[in-house]
Amino acid sequence: MKNKHLRSRWLGLLPFSLILFLSGCGNLEMTVLNPKGPVAQSQYDLIMYSLWFMLGIIVVVFGLFAFMLIKYRANRPGRKESDYEPNLHGNTMIEIVWTVIPLIIVILLSIPTVTTLFDLEKAPEPADGQEPKEPLVIHATAADWKWFFSYPEQDIETVNYLHIPTDRPIEFMLTSADSMSALWIPALGGQKYNMAGMMTKLYLQADEEGVYDGRNSNFNGEGFAAQTFKVHAESEEDFNSWVEEIQNEAPELTQEQYNELVKPGLTDEASFSSTHLDFVNHATTDGADYVVERYRELYGEKIELYDIDREETFE
Amino acid sequence: MHITDILVTGEPIIYAAMVSIALVTVAIVFLLTYFKKWGWLWREWLTTVDHKKIGIMYILSALAMLFRGGMDAMMMRVQLAFPNLGFLDSQHYNEIFTTHGTIMIIFMAMPFLIGLMNIIVPLQIGARDFAFPYLNALSFWSFFFGAMLFNISFVIGGSPDAGWTSYTPLSGAAMSPGPGQNFYLMGLQLSGIGTLATGINLMVTILKMRAPGMKLFHMPIFTWSTLVTCFIIVFAFPILTVALALLTIDRIFGSQFFTLTGEGLPMMWANLFWMWGHPEVYIVILPAFGIFSEVIATFAKKRLFGYNAMVWSMIIIALLSFLVWVHHFFTMGAGAFVNSVFSVSTMLIAVPTGVKIFNWLATLYKSKIEFTVPMLWSLSFIPSFILGGVTGVMLGMAAADYQFHNSYFLVAHFHYVLIAGTVFACFAGLVFWYPKMFGHKMNERIGKWAFWLFFAGFHVCFFPQYFLGLDGMPRRLFITNIAEWLPLNIISTVGAFGMGLGFAVFVYNIYYSYRYSERETTGDSWNGNGRTLEWATTTPVPFYNFATVPYVDEIDPYVRMKEEGKTTFDETKLKPIHMPSYTGQPIIMMSFLGLASFGLIFEWIPVAIAGLIGGVVMMIVRSFDYDDGYYVSVEEIKRIERKARGL
Repeated sequence: MKNKHLRSRWLGLLPFSLILFLSGCGNLEMTVLNPKGPVAQSQYDLIMYSLWFMLGIIVVVFGLFAFMLIKYRANRPGRKESDYEPNLHGNTMIEIVWTVIPLIIVILLSIPTVTTLFDLEKAPEPADGQEPKEPLVIHATAADWKWFFSYPEQDIETVNYLHIPTDRPIEFMLTSADSMSALWIPALGGQKYNMAGMMTKLYLQADEEGVYDGRNSNFNGEGFAAQTFKVHAESEEDFNSWVEEIQNEAPELTQEQYNELVKPGLTDEASFSSTHLDFVNHATTDGADYVVERYRELYGEKIELYDIDREETFE
Repeated sequence: MHITDILVTGEPIIYAAMVSIALVTVAIVFLLTYFKKWGWLWREWLTTVDHKKIGIMYILSALAMLFRGGMDAMMMRVQLAFPNLGFLDSQHYNEIFTTHGTIMIIFMAMPFLIGLMNIIVPLQIGARDFAFPYLNALSFWSFFFGAMLFNISFVIGGSPDAGWTSYTPLSGAAMSPGPGQNFYLMGLQLSGIGTLATGINLMVTILKMRAPGMKLFHMPIFTWSTLVTCFIIVFAFPILTVALALLTIDRIFGSQFFTLTGEGLPMMWANLFWMWGHPEVYIVILPAFGIFSEVIATFAKKRLFGYNAMVWSMIIIALLSFLVWVHHFFTMGAGAFVNSVFSVSTMLIAVPTGVKIFNWLATLYKSKIEFTVPMLWSLSFIPSFILGGVTGVMLGMAAADYQFHNSYFLVAHFHYVLIAGTVFACFAGLVFWYPKMFGHKMNERIGKWAFWLFFAGFHVCFFPQYFLGLDGMPRRLFITNIAEWLPLNIISTVGAFGMGLGFAVFVYNIYYSYRYSERETTGDSWNGNGRTLEWATTTPVPFYNFATVPYVDEIDPYVRMKEEGKTTFDETKLKPIHMPSYTGQPIIMMSFLGLASFGLIFEWIPVAIAGLIGGVVMMIVRSFDYDDGYYVSVEEIKRIERKARGL
């Protein structure tokens, strides 16, 4: 008897204890919960806002659940005759209440969701007391399994790494040379898809200098795990001197070289003092089949990704 | 084509699998021959049209698929916890997560639930079989051959590796050449025929074959959930059929519906897939809700609270399920307005679902809860599912979803709803109705071990994954190559093995109970707490289910019957019973279509045409089939009933 009693209480408490146990993991400083820019910040605010409602719901349901299990288990000592009403089958009043309350919660969650959605379609507002700055345009083109970042205004291009100035909105023009991928820099904000033959726009901004992880988050084949890049967020001056350095020292990108780089497979970081947009834009219908037409037979070949990745990470 | 081009070579794990498949096949053939069981197998099982036997075959297949999908899962977990081991390479990992997802949804969750519906729904509404028993057998064999086709892919030809969502252009002929992706397309296409047919079959059965007096709002809640599910199936599956067919034509015959070349529309696949895929989620969750409602009411020994609200919330969920598919790709850049609309419609689903949760809690109010094994599975569903549900709402908030999408947060969410919902329900339902199927209960003590191992393992496995997602770990990543992600991944792997152990104990319990459980003598197996008509039948259930069909005009008819000391059997009203004949046609027809699919997978067009001709010939044979079944005489019914009821 005693044994059973304990068990039924455990049933209610087990998920609770899990939450307590794992909330210790908050010390791990999870990237999404440590926003480094206004876009990530607005999403963080929304997540935190919703989390309070969710915790409330969990507390109410778990509380009721534990109460029912403890009070109405068949073998509780001291059960009264009045504790059992087998034909109780409904109560209009209370049913209306527990329909309307979730409805109100949904409305309360919808309002900030919708406003944030519309805000994210625009460049982030400047912080108080700062001049609004023109967004920096960067074309981010995914290809199996690497990233090309073209800066049309600066006329430079980088492969597999990204430099951005802090405190200035970045307008990413996303597209893909082949499979669908998604540009995700969790420290700076949420992701959006890169799709061949189409262009999607994503605004991000860094407030703090630092090096952040970026990656393709949408599975696209064997080299998916290696399709990552580092984001170097630096002050406007540092960024400008970096741009100048690339402009002066990096070679120009020829179409032949680009064709070699865009082949399905992995490549190292690289920099160029011109962009591939001069000869192909994969966001157009003409550019969509550029890689597939050239390298169709290469997609079936296996790359030995495991060895490459291990060398990079576990040395 | 040379044989080495067809067999998958070079992987020690796969060689081991080939050997074990060969050994198991030889063992089965040997045992069947040794015990002279071939005739029995053919007469009693392969040609059956009895809904109860078909249901059992569905459930056995689903358990086998749960084992296969679970092995996939544990291989993935080993790889992620020990990335330095070099256990799986990227290609192999990609194949495994693809087959894991596809098998668990299409070949485990749905068949398991359809198996339970097969057995229980006719019994709950007082019917003697399905409306179309022949079609029911056809459905099962289409699922069976589809599942077999999909499962052999890892030893013959290579498994699909583009994820269970099979997004184009990745899954197109250019980027995924070879038979792998064709296995996915044809396996789903073939089994999809059966699912659609079952949807129609059960819908007609429920609408036309209820016991006299039983109105729709007298139906047991599991039957209601089945009816609603059937409507979703009938509206959603044709979309999948079309999408699969278009992609098949793309891959095999070179059309350009979803290609990057020739102005194809790769994103159209994502839309079509999820226009089926989201309703699909509710196809596997609504019957689960039905099962929990039955089990909770039975072991609370109380009427289900808010029956009408339960039914209407299911109907509303079904309608909403067709209006939310865009939430699977908020990040496609459809714009703030479109995302807002789908965000709100997604969150609205939480309202009817919340109503159901409160109704279950209210059913427990002033009840007498008995903690049997099916009740443990059902009760633990409530807090577990809430965790999956609230994170679902968070994912539904599109602006926040930009951060959750494609991450382990999402992985944790859908495992929380699918395991705590569907898998718990499958176990609850199987244990609950087990005595109806096999004439004995499953052992309670071993069943509790299985439950606690699986339940604890489940939370340990998936709860940490929410935090991995918030730390930026994407799904479908074959290697844990960022040091901070490793500790939580190791915890998660421990949990996965806990679930594996729980499943092993569950399966052992099937064997143990077969050997040692007390045989059932009454039909009302759970201490006389049965509430609905299935418990009014004798155990084992006679092949015609009900000798005399009872008159029903309330929600829990068997409660009243027992109070008044009545049974459904009335010897004075016996009449000859019309029953359908067993037939080998369904299995033959579907094996031909299976052959056609196999031909298409390897793009051997003559084989495909031969199989297709075989299938068409079988359809013609069926059209000229004048076998109208047979009558069971009153004498025989009397003999069977008297023996079963000890009269």
